[in-house]
Amino acid sequence: MSATESPSVAAGKAAAGAGPERGPARRPVAARRPRFSKAHMKEWAWGYAMIAPLFLGLSLFYLWPIVQSAYFSFTSWGVFGGRQWVGLKNYSSFMSDPQLPRAAWNTVKYSLIVLVGIPLSIVFAALMNQVSGKYASLYRILYFIPVVTMPAAVAMIWRWLYNGDYGLINYLLSLIGIHGPHWVSDDRYTVWAMGLVGIWSSLGYNMIIFAAGLKNIPRQYYEASSLDGAGRVRQFFSITLPLLSPSIFFVSVLSVIGGLQMFDMVLLMLGKANPALAGSKTIAYLFYEDAFVTGNQGLAAAIAVVLTLVLLVLTALQFRLQKRWVHYG
Amino acid sequence: MGRTQRLWPVHVILVVGAAAMVAPFLWQLITSLQTTGETTSVPPHFLPSWQWSNYSQVFHDTKFAQQFLNSVLQTVVRVVAQVLFCSMAAYAFARLRFPGRNALFLVMLAVLMVPSQVYLLPQYQLVQNLGLLNTLSGVVLPGLFSAFGTFMLRQFFLSLPNEVEEAARLDGAGTFRIFWSVMLPLAKPGLISMGVLTVLWSWNDLLWPLVVVNDDAKMPLTVGLSTLQGEHLTEYPLLMAGSLLASLPMIVLFLAAQRRITEGIALTGTK
Repeated sequence: MSATESPSVAAGKAAAGAGPERGPARRPVAARRPRFSKAHMKEWAWGYAMIAPLFLGLSLFYLWPIVQSAYFSFTSWGVFGGRQWVGLKNYSSFMSDPQLPRAAWNTVKYSLIVLVGIPLSIVFAALMNQVSGKYASLYRILYFIPVVTMPAAVAMIWRWLYNGDYGLINYLLSLIGIHGPHWVSDDRYTVWAMGLVGIWSSLGYNMIIFAAGLKNIPRQYYEASSLDGAGRVRQFFSITLPLLSPSIFFVSVLSVIGGLQMFDMVLLMLGKANPALAGSKTIAYLFYEDAFVTGNQGLAAAIAVVLTLVLLVLTALQFRLQKRWVHYG
Repeated sequence: MGRTQRLWPVHVILVVGAAAMVAPFLWQLITSLQTTGETTSVPPHFLPSWQWSNYSQVFHDTKFAQQFLNSVLQTVVRVVAQVLFCSMAAYAFARLRFPGRNALFLVMLAVLMVPSQVYLLPQYQLVQNLGLLNTLSGVVLPGLFSAFGTFMLRQFFLSLPNEVEEAARLDGAGTFRIFWSVMLPLAKPGLISMGVLTVLWSWNDLLWPLVVVNDDAKMPLTVGLSTLQGEHLTEYPLLMAGSLLASLPMIVLFLAAQRRITEGIALTGTK
């Protein structure tokens, strides 16, 4: 929902090709040392010592739990307590869950709506790039405020704006003669309503990334094409877009990863007592319910595993497709 | 002059966009100063009756002050721990050579790629087994360690020049000395960016504290807000006052550290 969901940021970044293969910093002095010298061993020891605290924590709270989850997904709690191996049963009950088709569709629909925010943020970033620094930093602040706002607060603000009877949005619509629907309590509109908030709260974040990408485009390209008589719109499509494609790729990967995990707005903007909840659940919300409301842990673990696989496949697919449209200058 | 003329349509679009970004917050502020009666009037009251008492009622109806303190504690502890652990590991990954380094780095990246749903449940059980459910320690624990922070700082260390480090090494400084008194000061901009992003993430973090605490006095503001909403579903002035108070610190932090935050994000987002 916002920039602060940072792990996925780096995931995308890592994915964007800055992996470990970039290799060690060149150290000519060290390179001359024999392979098993005392200095060498000392460096090894320091290396392990310095990553030890982090890896102890990561192993305990992240790595081992990942392994456990994979295992849990094949088990369930027996009648007399204790885990029992049940094979693929959790997966089959997830696949035959009557809530699944709707939740899957809602998740996909939400992600697609949020993707629409990408062209929007490119346009705004490009416009911001045209105005002078003083105005640009003012705009940057204003567009970024939703990103730093607590998602719980964002959900509350929008639940109020979307209110069917007294909400500001329906009031404004009524001024132009439109009778607005119950945005957050009618499941024909809830996913659209959440998607709009998703766009609103990530626009500023995307703009920062695109603004950084735009800065890297040499001015001479624009000057040269101006001399050739290209207008601003033409320049946007033939210079800006292609040279911005690495950033666009990065933001799309992140948006898909974030979109497919959306859950907080269902919980907070719609709420548990909402009549539209049943028709508005997402996959991540099903996980939350099974894990922490109904306590069906095996099923929850299976959902988490499926979600991970889907994300991996989609990310891999995006990397495949990027060769066709991303230009690394 | 010709340039200004050409720029005005650009400003018009940007102002319209900015208005759409800011208007919800203005409406939040206005509603927070209305009476509950005023919120159900059509047309809406754009000039509220200045019910400042809504704000004091937030403190009265919830353990807001305590929850605020919890959020601050949770955030401070996580930032200090992350800066310490991540910078050490990041330096080792960026500058030291030891067997298995790349493999370990890949393992760390795997943590980043996996959605949080995968480790959430076992994390919960672990904290339960440690007897830390419903405690602030339980809320804080997993967030002391961050693959993201390490990754980000490693990128930063890689971008620093080697010369200073080499000079210190030739002067006989040991590895930890070099890290602590040469590299860390050089990495200060990166540390600040990472620290500020950690503050943002920690302050706004919802799912983990939501499942770990249900005691009013132990929860951070994010969870406090969601329970406030549960109890006062339609008292919008109260909800708006509470949500405004809860999100204000990060907006202030952002205004103060604007460049660091945007630089930090740009650092994660460009090659």
